Amino acid sequence: MTMTAATKTTSERTASERTFGAVGAAVRFDGVEKRYGGGAVVAVDGVSLDIAAGEFLTLLGPSGSGKTTSLMMLAGFETPSAGEIYVDGEAIAAVPPYKRNIGMVFQSYALFPHMTVGENIAFPLKLRKRAKAEVARSTKDVLDLVGLPGYEGRYPRQLSGGQQQRVALARALVFDPRVLLMDEPLGALDKQLRERLQLEIKALHEQLGVTIVYVTHDQQEALVMSDRIAVMDAGKIEQIGTPNQLYEEPASRFVASFIGESNFLAGRLQEQVDGHAVVDVPGVGPLRASTGGQHAVGDEVVATVRPEKIVFADEAAETEFNAVEATVESVVFVGDAYRYEARLGGGQSIVLKRQHRAGVAQHVRGERVRVGWDVADGRLV
Amino acid sequence: MAVVGREAQARRFAGLERRGQVRLALLLLPAVAFLLFFYGYPVAAMLLRSVNDPAWGSQNFEPLVTARSTIDLVVAELPMNAYVRVFGITLQIALGVTAATLLLGYPVAYALASLPPTQANLLMILVLVPFWTSILVRSYAWMVLLGREGLINQFLVGVGFAGEPLQLLNTRGAVYVGMIHVLLPFMILPLYAVMRGIDRSLLRAAENLGARPSQVFRWVFLPLSLPGVAAGCLLVFILALGFYITPALLGGQRDVMVSMLIQQQVTQLNWGVASALALVLLVFALAIYVAFTRILGVQRLFGGARA
Amino acid sequence: MSAPSIAGPTTTERVAGRRVSGRRQRPSVGRVLLLTATGLVLAYLVFPVFVVVPLSFSSARYLQFPPPGWSLQWYQNYLSREAWTSATWLSVQIGLATAVLATVLGTAAALGLVRGRFRGREALNAFIVSPLIVPGIIVAIGIYFFYARIQIIGSPLALALAHTALAIPFVVINVSATLEGFDEKLEWAAMNLGANRWQTFRLVTLPIIRPGVFAGALFAFITSFDELIVALFVSGSGAVTLPRRMWESLRQEIDPTIAAVSTVLIAASVLVLAGAEVLRIRGERLRTGRVPDEAAARGAVE
Repeated sequence: MTMTAATKTTSERTASERTFGAVGAAVRFDGVEKRYGGGAVVAVDGVSLDIAAGEFLTLLGPSGSGKTTSLMMLAGFETPSAGEIYVDGEAIAAVPPYKRNIGMVFQSYALFPHMTVGENIAFPLKLRKRAKAEVARSTKDVLDLVGLPGYEGRYPRQLSGGQQQRVALARALVFDPRVLLMDEPLGALDKQLRERLQLEIKALHEQLGVTIVYVTHDQQEALVMSDRIAVMDAGKIEQIGTPNQLYEEPASRFVASFIGESNFLAGRLQEQVDGHAVVDVPGVGPLRASTGGQHAVGDEVVATVRPEKIVFADEAAETEFNAVEATVESVVFVGDAYRYEARLGGGQSIVLKRQHRAGVAQHVRGERVRVGWDVADGRLV
Repeated sequence: MAVVGREAQARRFAGLERRGQVRLALLLLPAVAFLLFFYGYPVAAMLLRSVNDPAWGSQNFEPLVTARSTIDLVVAELPMNAYVRVFGITLQIALGVTAATLLLGYPVAYALASLPPTQANLLMILVLVPFWTSILVRSYAWMVLLGREGLINQFLVGVGFAGEPLQLLNTRGAVYVGMIHVLLPFMILPLYAVMRGIDRSLLRAAENLGARPSQVFRWVFLPLSLPGVAAGCLLVFILALGFYITPALLGGQRDVMVSMLIQQQVTQLNWGVASALALVLLVFALAIYVAFTRILGVQRLFGGARA
Repeated sequence: MSAPSIAGPTTTERVAGRRVSGRRQRPSVGRVLLLTATGLVLAYLVFPVFVVVPLSFSSARYLQFPPPGWSLQWYQNYLSREAWTSATWLSVQIGLATAVLATVLGTAAALGLVRGRFRGREALNAFIVSPLIVPGIIVAIGIYFFYARIQIIGSPLALALAHTALAIPFVVINVSATLEGFDEKLEWAAMNLGANRWQTFRLVTLPIIRPGVFAGALFAFITSFDELIVALFVSGSGAVTLPRRMWESLRQEIDPTIAAVSTVLIAASVLVLAGAEVLRIRGERLRTGRVPDEAAARGAVE
C-alpha cells in the first residue's frame, strides 16, 4: 500500500482530512561559510543557493563535502561563521532551532524511545499548545497519510526500520512546517525498501507542496527524487541543475565521475569548429566532442563520454561518429547488461555497457574491436 | 560597506556560538562553586597550615626528615624515625593489597567474562552485595570471625590444629584480609568491564591461526585485558593508601597507617604536623595517579566505582 | 590427489567436533581450577557479610558460634535505645539531603561537561571528580579545621554539605556515562519540533537519562549513609550518625546489638540491589515495549 493510496482511502472516510506541510517557503543561502577550530577547518566554503518554494532540492556529495553541515545550519544546529540564510526572505541564521518551524527527518530517525508513536507525533503539536481534539485528529490523519493507520500505541522499537522512517516523516510533517529537511533518511534501509520509499516521498512531495531539502550521498537516489540537485565537494557547490542537466552536461570532471559512470580521455585541444572541439588523444588520433567549458586551442583537456553511449562499430552507421580501435580487456555480466573494458591505442582504457538481447554478438577478452560514439555524446570538461 | 556588514555579522554569529558554550559552562558553576567552598578551600587552607602553623617555616616537616622523632607517638615498638616507618608500613600494605586483589580478582573477572551474560550478572551480585555493604559491617564481621572466640579459632581448636586460640585479630594479617575484602570489588569491576569488551572473534581468529588455548590467553587475551589491570591496580592502590577504618579496627599497635597517624596528630592538637603529613600523603597519591594516567593512559577510571 | 583432499576436511571437522563437545561436556582441568578458584574468592567475598546474620538472632551476651539459643533481644535493643534509633534516623535524613543536593548539582555539571566544548573543561572535570582520589582523611581534617573555625561542628546540615562534596563525583560519573551513550540527535529533534532548551531537557533528555540519575542519587545516598571519617571529626555531639555510633560500639564494648544493626543494613543493601535490578528490567521492558507480547502470551495461556 503506497502513501497516496492510503490518503485516498482516508479522504473517502473522514471529513477532517487536511493536508500537511502548508505552503512551501523559498530558501536562500547567501555566501554561507562554516569554519571550525579557529578557521583551520572549512566545512562549508561560501555557499550561495536559491531554492524555490515547493521545490525538491537535493544536496549531493561525498562525506565531508559540507552537505550535512549546510543542512544543520538551515535547521539551526550550527551557526554559520559568515553569510546568511533566508526563509521566505526572513534572515534566520541567528534564530534558535525551536523557533524556525522547519521539519526534519534525521538519518537515525531520532524517534523518542520513551514515547509511543502517537506521543512522538503529538510532541510538536503539544508544544504549540494545540487543543487535545486537534492533536488526536492530526495524529490520526498524518499516520493515515504515511500508511500507518492505528499505530499510535506502539513504541518505536516495536517497528521495522521502514515503519520508523514513516513515523519520523509523519512527526516532521504534522506541525505544517514551511520546509522539510531530510538527512540521508533512507540510508539505513535495504535496497528494495529504499527504492519504494524514494517514490513514495516523491509522490508525497508532489501532493503536499512543501519545500524539501534532501541530503544524500547516493547519486541514484538524488536523480530519482529531485527537481534540482546541488552537487557539493570540499564545501563548495560544484554544479546545480536538474538531474538531466547534471547527467548530460556535467560541468566538471568531479560531477561527471560522481553522477553515473564516465570515461575520461585526456588529450590536447586541436581546433574548435562549429561548436565542436577536436581533441588529439595520444595513440588514438583526433576525436570530436561538444565543448563543455572554456578552453583554448593547445590546452590539455579531458573528454568524457558515458559507458552506455558507446557502441561497437558494427552497430553504428551515422556520420557524426567517433570510431576508435580497441582491445577487449575484460567482460563482466552485470545483470541487465555486459560491461566491457577496452584498451585504446595510447594505453588509456574505456568502459562501455551494452544491453544483451538476442542476436547481439558477444565479444571476448583479447578481441580487437572498433568502438564508437556519437559526437554529441562526448563532452569536454 | 557590504564587507563591513559581513564582518559584523560573522562576529555576531561567533558571539552566538560563544554564548551557547557559556550557557553550558554555567551548568557547571553551581557544582564547582559548591566544591570550591566545601572541599577545595578547606583542603587548601588545611594544607597551608603545614607551613604556617604555628608559625611560618618548615618545622612541621622536620619530624619526617630528622633521624629521631621527638613528638610522642602512641605507637608502641616503632623504631625511629617513626613517621618514615609509618609511611613505609602504609606503602607496604597498599602494595601488598594491590597485588593480592589482582591475583584473586583476575581469575574471577576472567571466569565471569567467559560466562553467558545472564549467569555472569547473577554471580556479579555476589561481588556487589559486599560492595554495597558498609565497611563497618564488614569490619565487624571480620572481628567476629577472627576474634579469640571467633569462628575460625573455634574451628582450628575444634579440629585439633591449634591447642589454644591463636592471635588472629589485631595483626597485620587481619589488616590484609580485611582490606583485600573491601578492595577486591574495586579490582574485579574494571577488570570485568574491560574483559567483557574484548571481541571474542579475536580469540577465535587466534585459535584459527593455530594458537593453543594457553597461547591465545598469553598473546591475545592478556594484552587486551591490561587496561583493566592498570585501572584496577591504580584504583585499589590509591584507595588503600588512604585507608583508615579497617586497619584501625582490625590492626594491632604496630599496624599504623598514615591516615591513623594524621588523625592522632589532630586529636593531639598538632594541626601543623597533621597538615604536613596530609600534604605528603596527597602529593604521593596524586603523583601515582598522574603517573598512571599519563604514562599508561588509564581512562574512565571511575566508571561505576565507589570509594 | 583426490583422496587426501576429501580426507583432509573430514579429519579437521572431526577434530573440531571433538573439541567443541569436549568443551561442553568435559571441562578441561584448567577450567575446573579456574571455576574452583572463582568459587572460593566469591565465597571469601560473601561469607563474612552473612556471618553476622545468625549472630544477631543469638540469645548469648557474648559472641558465640553457633549461638546457644535464638532470640530477638538485640533487635529489641536496637529499636528501643534512643542512641541507636536517633543515629539511624539522622543518617537517613543526612543521606536524603545529600542525595537531593548532589544529584541536582552533579546532573547539571555532567550536562555541561559532556555537552560543552569550552576551554578548561578537562581541568574542571578533574577537579570535580578529585574528591574520589584524595584520601578521605585529608578531606575530613580540611573540613574539620574549616568547620571548627566557623563553629558549625555538630550541625547535621553542615555534615550533609560535607557529604554532598564527597557525593557529587559519583553523580557526575553516573550521569556522564548515561549521557555519553545518549544520542544527541534526540535533543536536536526535540528542538527542531519546537521545544526550547528547558522543554528539551525536561521532556526528552531527563526521561532517557533517568536510570543514570537514579543510580547517581543512590550512590550519593550510600556515600553519605556509610560515611564515617568526616563524621568522626565534624559530627561532634549534635550529629551522631549511624556509622559513628557503630564505630563507638566497635571500639568500646562489642555488644551484639551491632549484629542486629548490621543485619538490617545488609538486608537493606540486598533489597536496594534487588530493587535496582527490578527497576532496570522493568525500565528496559517499558522501553522495548514487550508488554503487549506478554499480554498476548497470557491470553494464549488462558
